[in-house]
Amino acid sequence: MIRITPPVDNATIKTLKVGDKVLFSGTIYTARDQAHIKLVQDMNPAFDLQGAVLYYVGPTPTRDGQVIGSCGPTSSYRMDELSVPLMERGVKMMIGKGNRSQNFQKEMIKNNAVYLIATGGTGALLASKVKQRKVLMYEELGPEAIYELEVKDFPCFVAYDVHGNTLFKGGTDV
Amino acid sequence: MRKLDVKVIQEAVTKSLIKMNYELEDSFVRKLQIAKNNERSEISKSILTEILENQDIAKKGINPLCQDTGIAVIFAYIGKDLQIQGNLEAGINDGVRNAYEDGYLRKSVVKHPFDRQNTKDNTPAIIHTKLVEGDKLTLKIAAKGAGSENMSRVVMLKPSDGIEGVKKLVKDTIFNAGGRPCPPIIVGIGIGGNLEKSALIAKEAILRDLDDQHSDPIIAKLEDELYKEINELGVGPMGVGGDTTCVGVKINTYPMHIASLPVAINIQCHANRHDEVIL
Ligand code: SF4
Repeated sequence: MIRITPPVDNATIKTLKVGDKVLFSGTIYTARDQAHIKLVQDMNPAFDLQGAVLYYVGPTPTRDGQVIGSCGPTSSYRMDELSVPLMERGVKMMIGKGNRSQNFQKEMIKNNAVYLIATGGTGALLASKVKQRKVLMYEELGPEAIYELEVKDFPCFVAYDVHGNTLFKGGTDV
Repeated sequence: MRKLDVKVIQEAVTKSLIKMNYELEDSFVRKLQIAKNNERSEISKSILTEILENQDIAKKGINPLCQDTGIAVIFAYIGKDLQIQGNLEAGINDGVRNAYEDGYLRKSVVKHPFDRQNTKDNTPAIIHTKLVEGDKLTLKIAAKGAGSENMSRVVMLKPSDGIEGVKKLVKDTIFNAGGRPCPPIIVGIGIGGNLEKSALIAKEAILRDLDDQHSDPIIAKLEDELYKEINELGVGPMGVGGDTTCVGVKINTYPMHIASLPVAINIQCHANRHDEVIL
C-alpha cells in the first residue's frame, strides 16, 4: 500500500507499478466531460495543474449536513484526447475507470504521468473518504463542475504505469 | 373491470426507484459474497470487498450505491381486465421525477442528442407496455447506468453462424468491454425476433430472477456454458483480471425470419438496480 499526498512529483511517478494500491490524502480535483472541454479551451485553471490529481466524477446531489453525494468514478476513455494538453501542462495523475486508448498511454508515458482506477459503482464508500468539498470552476455545470476535494485514504489502484504496463486483462484499447 | 388510479402507479414507481438506488437484492449480494470468497487474486478480492462495503454504506440511505443513478426503464404489463384511471405514461414519469428529486439521485437525462441540455428531472423514462391476461398491472422497473449500457450491442448474425457464432459474439463483446461496464456483470441476451425485438427481450432477460433457468433445455445449456466461458475469459472485477466476470447469463428467444439470426447483448453492471411490483 502506497500513501500519496498531492501535488505529485516525477520521482513518485517512477516508483509506481501496475496493481499498486494507492491511498490518497489531501487535495484532488474533479473534472469530467464538459469540464475537460472548457478547461482545455480556456487554459486558465483556478488551480495549479503542476503535479495535480484529476478525478473523473459527477456526484449525486449532496444532502444537508453531508460533504458530498455518491461519487464513484466515471469511464475514462471519453477524456482520452482532452487529457493530453492537461498532462502537457503538468497533470500527473488521473483517476477513473476502465481502459483508455493506446494514444493516451503513449502520451501518458511521454508526460511522466500515471492512470489509476477507483472501483466503479462504489460511490457511497468513496463519499465517506471525502472530508471537504469546494466548487472551484464552472459552477453552472452542476455535478460536472470542477470541485476541490479534500480526501483521506481515498483508495485507488495503479492501472497504467510509466513502464508501459497495464492492469487490465480484457478491453480493447481503442 | 378492476380500476386502478394512476396515482398508485406513480407512488409505486417513486418508491421502487429510490429503494433500488440504495439497496441491492439479498440474492445478488450473496452472489457477490461467494464471488469474493472464490477470487484467487488479491486485487480482485479487494475490489469485491469494496463493492460489498459500498452496499453496506448505501443501505443506510444517505448516499446511493452509485453516482450514476441511471435512466429509468419501465416495463408495464397491463391486465386486459384492468382499467387504469388517468394517463399511464404521465403517471410513470411523475413517479420518476419525484424519485430523482426526493431520493437525492442524479439527473442524468439530456433532451437532445447534440445540444445535450439536461431535462433536470431525469424524465422521460423509457416505457414499454404490453397487454396481458388478468386484472393486474405488473411493473418491472430498472435504473440503468450508462457504463454498462454503452457496452451493449445488437448484431444481425447469419442463421448459419449458429450457437458457436452466438457464443463468439457474446464473448468478444464482453472481453472487448473489459472493465468499462463495471464487472461483475449480468449478461442479458436476446436471440431472435428482429432488430428491436432482440434488444427488448435482452433487456427483459437482465430483469429475470438470477436463479431461474430457461425452460428450453438447449437455451438453458447455452446459459450455463456461456456463464462458465465468460468467467474463463478472466476479465475479472473492474477488468483487472480474476475469476469473476459475470454472476449471471440470461437468454430470451423469439421466433425470427428464415434469413435472420439477430442477437442483442445487454450488459448489467454490479449496481444491479431493479424491482418488480404488482398492483
Ligand atoms: S456501470 Fe454501473 S456501477 Fe459502473 S458507474 Fe455505471 S451505473 Fe455505476
